[in-house]
Amino acid sequence: MSTTLQYPRNMSSTSDAAAAGKVPAGGSAPVVETLMGDEAIALGALHAGVSSAYAYPGTPSTEIMESLQSWKVAGKAPGCPDATMGALLAEWCSNEKTAYESALGASFAGRRAVVSMKHVGLNVAADPFVNSALIRINGGLVVVVADDPGMHSSQDEQDTRVLADFARLPCFEPADQQEAYDMARAAFDFSERHEVPVVLRITTRLAHSRSIVDLAPARAPNPLRKAEADKSWILMPAIARRRWRALLDKQEAFHAHAEDAARLELGGSELGIVACGIARQYLLENLADLEASFGSKPSILTVSTYPMPAGRIRELASKVRRILVLEEGYPYVEDAMRGVFGAPVPVEGRRSGALPLDGELSPDLVRKALGLPDRITLPKGSLPLPERPPQFCQGCPHGDSYTALKEALAPYPSYAVNSDIGCYTLGALPPWSAIESCVDMGASVGMARGAAGAGIFPAVAVIGDSTFYHSGIPNLVDAVSHGTNLTLVILDNDTTGMTGAQPTIAPASRLEPLLRGIGVDPAHIRQLRAHRTEHAANVKVISEELGHEGPSVVIMVRECIEWAKKSRKA
Amino acid sequence: MNYDMILCGVGGQGGISVSVVVAKAAMAEGFRVKQSEIHGMAQRGGEVLAHLRISDGEPASPSIPVGAADLVISFEPLEALRNARWLSVERGTLVSGISPYKNIPDYPDIEAVLGELRALPRVLLVDADSLAREAGNVRAANMVLVGLASTLMPISVARLEEETAAYFERKGKAVVDANIVAFRKGRDAGK
Repeated sequence: MSTTLQYPRNMSSTSDAAAAGKVPAGGSAPVVETLMGDEAIALGALHAGVSSAYAYPGTPSTEIMESLQSWKVAGKAPGCPDATMGALLAEWCSNEKTAYESALGASFAGRRAVVSMKHVGLNVAADPFVNSALIRINGGLVVVVADDPGMHSSQDEQDTRVLADFARLPCFEPADQQEAYDMARAAFDFSERHEVPVVLRITTRLAHSRSIVDLAPARAPNPLRKAEADKSWILMPAIARRRWRALLDKQEAFHAHAEDAARLELGGSELGIVACGIARQYLLENLADLEASFGSKPSILTVSTYPMPAGRIRELASKVRRILVLEEGYPYVEDAMRGVFGAPVPVEGRRSGALPLDGELSPDLVRKALGLPDRITLPKGSLPLPERPPQFCQGCPHGDSYTALKEALAPYPSYAVNSDIGCYTLGALPPWSAIESCVDMGASVGMARGAAGAGIFPAVAVIGDSTFYHSGIPNLVDAVSHGTNLTLVILDNDTTGMTGAQPTIAPASRLEPLLRGIGVDPAHIRQLRAHRTEHAANVKVISEELGHEGPSVVIMVRECIEWAKKSRKA
Repeated sequence: MNYDMILCGVGGQGGISVSVVVAKAAMAEGFRVKQSEIHGMAQRGGEVLAHLRISDGEPASPSIPVGAADLVISFEPLEALRNARWLSVERGTLVSGISPYKNIPDYPDIEAVLGELRALPRVLLVDADSLAREAGNVRAANMVLVGLASTLMPISVARLEEETAAYFERKGKAVVDANIVAFRKGRDAGK
């Protein structure tokens, strides 16, 4: 059963790498590997001949770059000629926008490039993302975006398929690790054939689960071959209008590809199921029980590529009495099927209430939506089971920083502490309860500035060093230029901690010169050691800066203890 | 053959390493595996949950359905209770350590927790910390539990010990030995 629902291997091999089934990957290299979804994508990109990889860390996408970097350091990767590894560029960036633009430059130069990020990272990179749809992509450009339905470690559960649609770009959505590997390869070919960026959308469960992957022979990287001088990379209005038309004209080819990639397996006429991406695996998990209960197989359409395969969906609708849509994220396919005028047969899914509108899918939720009885579980005990929220690691510097900040703020009858995204967001929880907002990367500084302008005093922004480099700097430029009365606290632990301790893009020593360069008064750039033994002195300095009229910055310095452990091991 | 197991505990207790060791041993036995875990914020002293599916076919879903697990290994009693819902009513066994990991203010009375665990249809409890200490490394408590659970898994002891040794090899002989001894102590505790 499962084999007929697999993404066809012949569509996923690179043109110069015949890869029907198990092909030895050359020399003593293994044919199969157990890979995490993120690793499968990294290896797929590598085997597709990627030359440049750029990213900003973000759960659940981080391991894509980490895998590439660890293979580069080792000088070898499964099924890859060692020479490829030496030439590979795999770099962390300040943020997703800079990462995207670097990847764009590599494509301009004719090389294959991959840029990876979490779903909210694509918001940061939205400007280059949407506009790059209009240029004539040269070296294949693949944009890997990892969505986090259920918000395991994110602030929203936006669906990247919608953003790909917004940019009028094709989006590939693998169901398992094998498809993640195959599609990463296929995406580069597609990108070069149609001269557009291709989005590869995965979700947390796929990114962070492992299974066995058959590898295909590696393809050589592209030579340096700068984009043709036909002005197709210059989006001035007159040219952009032509390029926009060109993108619109490509839609038919994107649709045709999606129709080919979709697999329709006709069974009984009672129920039709549209299974998108990983939802197919949850369907397969329940298929035997479903067949037993129906007495026949349902008709199943597997969707792995967008734009939606409308023709296949119409074909399914003509054969069945009702349709259930299984998709991770928004009811994107379901809504489109129903549209304004309704569907020719009843359509159920996340919008209709057959499945929850929010959260991550599971085999159990899909089981319920299929109308199967719940599996029997052991009776629940009577004991209340308190949750165990994440918290600061033992000895983390952030706890000491918050204790000092709270004491310095205590004399004020009111104040605002806007914060940001990172380990230090956990300071929102007891016993600290020290911060009042966490919205998006870099927002703390802008929000404190706005709060100060609106009349709040003292207005404090708390941000980590990595987040400050990511997108806190422009907000501080605004605050300095307008003399806003705020105190910025930078928690400098020299790492991006929450995602597993990646190095911050610039060393801590560069922070103070940067702040001076922006124009912060050097007398109000105070560097402190974030340790409980310095508590009294730290409270005093923070109090002084809270009282200072105008922008001031307190840098709380101490190395992340996870990072320290990691560097000792290295 | 399908064998589904859940590994759970608190971030930092070694759940992920155990999942890797058992998965590798299962593959060495010729099985296909699927593994799933949630990391990120969960690493920071929060609940950790890993799914491991062992099969001679191809497991479909990376996550195990509720009420379907053959085995739940928990490194901590409260997490054991929290994750008992994964157990199959007909065949599921719970294997858990008895030492509470108290990093929350409202941790329930430990005797009450252990009482509810003992009331489950098939349960093996062990003082994993003490046995690991006896083995020479308190951090090997996770391997005590794997040893205890090995009496139930469709994987040979030799394979599990081989993969344990391979996993800890880079940390030196003392660590390897302590983990193997811990594994055997756990296994003996089940006899």
